Amino acid sequence: MMKGNFIDNLPKVYGIYTGGFIAFIIIMAIGEQMGMTSKAIGICFVAFTVAIYAIIGYMSRTMAADAYYVAGRQVPTVFNGMATAADWMSGASFVAMAGGIYFKGYGYMALLVGWTGGYVLVASLLAPYLRKFGCYTVPDFIGTRYGGNVSRLMAVIVLTVASFTYVTAQINATGTIASVALDIPFQYAVYVGLVSILLCSMLGGMRGVTWTQVAQYIVLIIAYLLPVFWISNKMGAGFFPHFMLADEVARIGELEQQFGFVKNSAADLANVPKGLAGITKAHSAVNATPWAFISLALAMMMGTASLPHVMMRYFTTPSVKAARKSVGWSLFFIFLLYSSAPMLATLSKLSLIDPALSTGIIGKSIAEVQAIDWYQNWNQANLMFVSDFNGNGTLELNEFFMGGKAVVLATPEIAGLPYVISGLVAAGGMAAAMSTADGLILAIANALSHDLYYKIIDPKAETAKRLVVARVLLVVIGFAGATIAAMEIQGILGSVIWAFDFAMSGLFFPLVLGVWWKRANKEGAIAGMALGLISGTAYLVWVRTGGSGFLGITQLTFGIFGSAVSLVSMVVVSLITSEPSAATQKMVDEVRVPSGKTILGKQH
Amino acid sequence: MSKQAQHWEKTRGLLMMTLAIWFVFSIGIFLFGAEMESVTGPFGYPLTYWFTCQGSLGIFVILIFWFANRQEKIDEEFGFSEREDD
Repeated sequence: MMKGNFIDNLPKVYGIYTGGFIAFIIIMAIGEQMGMTSKAIGICFVAFTVAIYAIIGYMSRTMAADAYYVAGRQVPTVFNGMATAADWMSGASFVAMAGGIYFKGYGYMALLVGWTGGYVLVASLLAPYLRKFGCYTVPDFIGTRYGGNVSRLMAVIVLTVASFTYVTAQINATGTIASVALDIPFQYAVYVGLVSILLCSMLGGMRGVTWTQVAQYIVLIIAYLLPVFWISNKMGAGFFPHFMLADEVARIGELEQQFGFVKNSAADLANVPKGLAGITKAHSAVNATPWAFISLALAMMMGTASLPHVMMRYFTTPSVKAARKSVGWSLFFIFLLYSSAPMLATLSKLSLIDPALSTGIIGKSIAEVQAIDWYQNWNQANLMFVSDFNGNGTLELNEFFMGGKAVVLATPEIAGLPYVISGLVAAGGMAAAMSTADGLILAIANALSHDLYYKIIDPKAETAKRLVVARVLLVVIGFAGATIAAMEIQGILGSVIWAFDFAMSGLFFPLVLGVWWKRANKEGAIAGMALGLISGTAYLVWVRTGGSGFLGITQLTFGIFGSAVSLVSMVVVSLITSEPSAATQKMVDEVRVPSGKTILGKQH
Repeated sequence: MSKQAQHWEKTRGLLMMTLAIWFVFSIGIFLFGAEMESVTGPFGYPLTYWFTCQGSLGIFVILIFWFANRQEKIDEEFGFSEREDD
């Protein structure tokens, strides 16, 4: 459509879009004043934003392989940064992260460090080199660098295991938000979410996903930052919360001292609805051993550098130079949200527990708390619960329970913000979950259609046929993911962390050594991928079925074991088998130089 | 030594430096989390807390841009940078 000059017009196009979205928020706010119901506002927010994404998806339709797989390699640095940030920040980051910090404090914040520090590895070890390679997918790199269908297939398997684990969690999150905002049962809401996701990616592939992800980033960042700033100002905590909450953090510490962390008896806890938790850990004090913190951060960092849906975003930049810079921009846009999550957790916790604030509920009588409007709403949604365990009639810190999601979803209401903000937050959560699900489904479908179908099964297939296969796979994988999500097997955050561990177990060292160690060969890579994935999975199963584990490696960090096995087996097997051919070694030399042609052709 | 080998040597040097800084702020300082706790950090936050919610994250952002610029200089020095119209 606007092709060609569309790229030059990007700042203008997204500028108008952002202005339009803000105007929409204002219209909704006016509507609320004029008596629009909260349900209608929720529906409007979700329906309006999803419709915009669908229109962008439709306008980006394409029948060219390089547009479908890598958005024509013309996505400018900053915009690719925004798209990656949306691709990266999932329902877990948006809805669950502030809640995790709220409940677990320091030990949980290892995830903040891990999910950002990984980008240093992406920028320095991998992204520019894979961009120079000119691959369409991550297995494309493995298959060409090491040679042979077995290595390519192994990479496809690792990618599918990791990404599929991740995508069910995201479809689950879209379903949760759609079911709350549209007021329909979760089992149907999951499919509403899925259809929205497919609308963005089916016609335009990577190109469609890129431009919808930029739009989704804008929605999600506004939806996250606006409430944080608003609440902070309303509480008088400071107009720029990030730099001004030291007093509030200290005050929470004081209150913790004053209330103490009373341990509830098992019999009392049995009455608390499943999934809700009380405040049992210090807010800002160090509450985890160095190894518990570092091992979790390390697993998340190496996982970041191995997750294919992130890596493939850097295949879309115009040059190697742009790929490097783009990683920096990605992390900058991620930083905006991640640095706000602890602030939201602080504001949320203080407004609930400080008896000196009008919103504080600790110390009030149980009957009084139970009469509060927002308490009743969120109690009904199964996200809040109080119970008078000690029978003294007042609410103590250990008698108040909340779901992790409530920190993001309910805080605006608790702080007394208008409902329009809650509608905005729902739209933001939906954008976060949809954008990640899109990237993941596309990563799996592209690997299966490009690497399995085209490169292994039918190398003579025409472009049109390849792209039809790619789209059919997209729908099939989406439905498979939604079906599993509808069964609600695992929580959102747990399965996201597992995905990182699976990816690092199988892919981290085969990818890194493919660029940085010329001697790495096919046999080594196959051993590294296979044994890494198998040993990581075996460790997970062992710990899950009651195994004690070793070295403090838990079910959240099993990738550390998997990747260690992967590294050792890859090095040993590479060294006892013959070195890679001269042609392969020359290829590695070329990958290391930014200038010149890509290794794989523009269309391949 | 060939131009390419020299370029790679410098690139590797930059990688080591980048990874060293990365290691300090993602792993190194958290070995001393408990020790840093009583120190007051920027904006009055406890130092460990500040690193986990702003410090390390911000340093990573700056580190990547710094790395990208240094690498570009290395590429230019050896004439391996890409044409602007790429």
